[in-house]
Amino acid sequence: MEQFDWTSIPGALPILADGMLITLEITATAILVGILWGTVLALARLSGNRPLAWLAAAYVNLFRAVPLVMVILWFYLIVPTLLQRWLGVSQSSDIRMISALVAFALFESAYYAEIIRAGVQSVPKGQVDAAFALGMPYHLTMRLVVLPQAFRNMLPLLLTQAIILFQDTSLVYVIGLADFFGAAYKVGDRDGRLVELLLFAGAVYFILCFGASLLVRQLQKKYST
Amino acid sequence: MSMIQIENVSKWYGDFQVLTDCSTHVNPGEVVVVCGPSGSGKSTLIRCVNGLEAIQQGRIVVNGTALSDPTTNLSKLRAQVGMVFQNFELFPHMSVTDNLTIAQIKVLGRSTAEALARGLAMLDRVGLKAQASKFPGALSGGQQQRVAIARALAMDPICMLFDESTSALDPEMVNEVLDVMVELATEGMTMMCVTHEMGFARKVADRVIFMDHGRIVDDASKDDFFGTPRAERAKLFLSKILQH
Repeated sequence: MEQFDWTSIPGALPILADGMLITLEITATAILVGILWGTVLALARLSGNRPLAWLAAAYVNLFRAVPLVMVILWFYLIVPTLLQRWLGVSQSSDIRMISALVAFALFESAYYAEIIRAGVQSVPKGQVDAAFALGMPYHLTMRLVVLPQAFRNMLPLLLTQAIILFQDTSLVYVIGLADFFGAAYKVGDRDGRLVELLLFAGAVYFILCFGASLLVRQLQKKYST
Repeated sequence: MSMIQIENVSKWYGDFQVLTDCSTHVNPGEVVVVCGPSGSGKSTLIRCVNGLEAIQQGRIVVNGTALSDPTTNLSKLRAQVGMVFQNFELFPHMSVTDNLTIAQIKVLGRSTAEALARGLAMLDRVGLKAQASKFPGALSGGQQQRVAIARALAMDPICMLFDESTSALDPEMVNEVLDVMVELATEGMTMMCVTHEMGFARKVADRVIFMDHGRIVDDASKDDFFGTPRAERAKLFLSKILQH
């Protein structure tokens, strides 16, 4: 077997950095939208309103039962058409990024909704009674009393989900988007050094994710005492 | 007019009837103790008074406002009715001060300074002024319950509901909470108290209500109740609870 040749990596760093930026952008957007929309879904599912709870459950179950790769492809096929029809945006490479952002945000919301639902249920019912008894309406009870405690309880799970999400962003290669993984693949393919570039990309993913998971574990220890 | 009027209230959990045709009232300035064996529905009844539990039959009127009236703003009514729970239910993610002020600010619309002054005055009243900056987790059970009472009082309630407010406490902490309740009662606060503390009932109650199997089986003045309880079940309950 021929020797590894790492010489193409230093020159490729700017391209790889651009890719990492896209990866981080998708991750951050999906976390932000996922937690906001996931909270709405979780509260809808826990609400006494039957149709609302049913709709939220249907949404969550649908997205959790479909592979992420397919969701990314679907949105790639649907979103540009919709944007064109509604906003008159022309089809360009930028549309791929938008469709990926939408796909990840909506997909991750389903997972975050389930984490948040469990978090809300972990807050004792007596806390809701106490907030109600003080005259707080539902929205204040949730915002001031239940959700702060729920988010504190589920912080490790939210961060773990964020780490999984960070890895899953590599799936945008199916729509040809140059995220970190995509950029590494392209450079490797171009220079005929695919194995080296993918090993390098893998090492970067490992260091970031393993480091983050160590942080989460520490956080867990801190909060459990 | 009664402060709290309970008329022919019945309630079911599914097929199980927890309250059967309960009627009673609490007059302004009156202290009414509700007692009875566990599972008799006394906690459920008191939780119905501020609408934490819905009723299927009957009517509850608090200070002239019917809870079941669709135009009634339940949150607004609850803001006027103080409630103290068995498990304190202080908000663990907030300091004692924030626990005391948050509802005053967010519900009553008081300014932060006003809420703080009122909250600290009530904290002082229950003897815990020094604990203002602590978090509930750093306080003993008795202290937490006194903060909970102060939190309710800071809302300037027209009446107070106590739901087994000393049942979860270690014996040595029961009295510090009862002392606060006795003081409130002697100052003329309208109170409805679910409790097993018969000493408290003897000391400050105007009336005692005895419940069994979801029914009010005795509703008598304190003297009548402890002198000659009319219901057989109440006699048995008293003999068991007063034995020691």
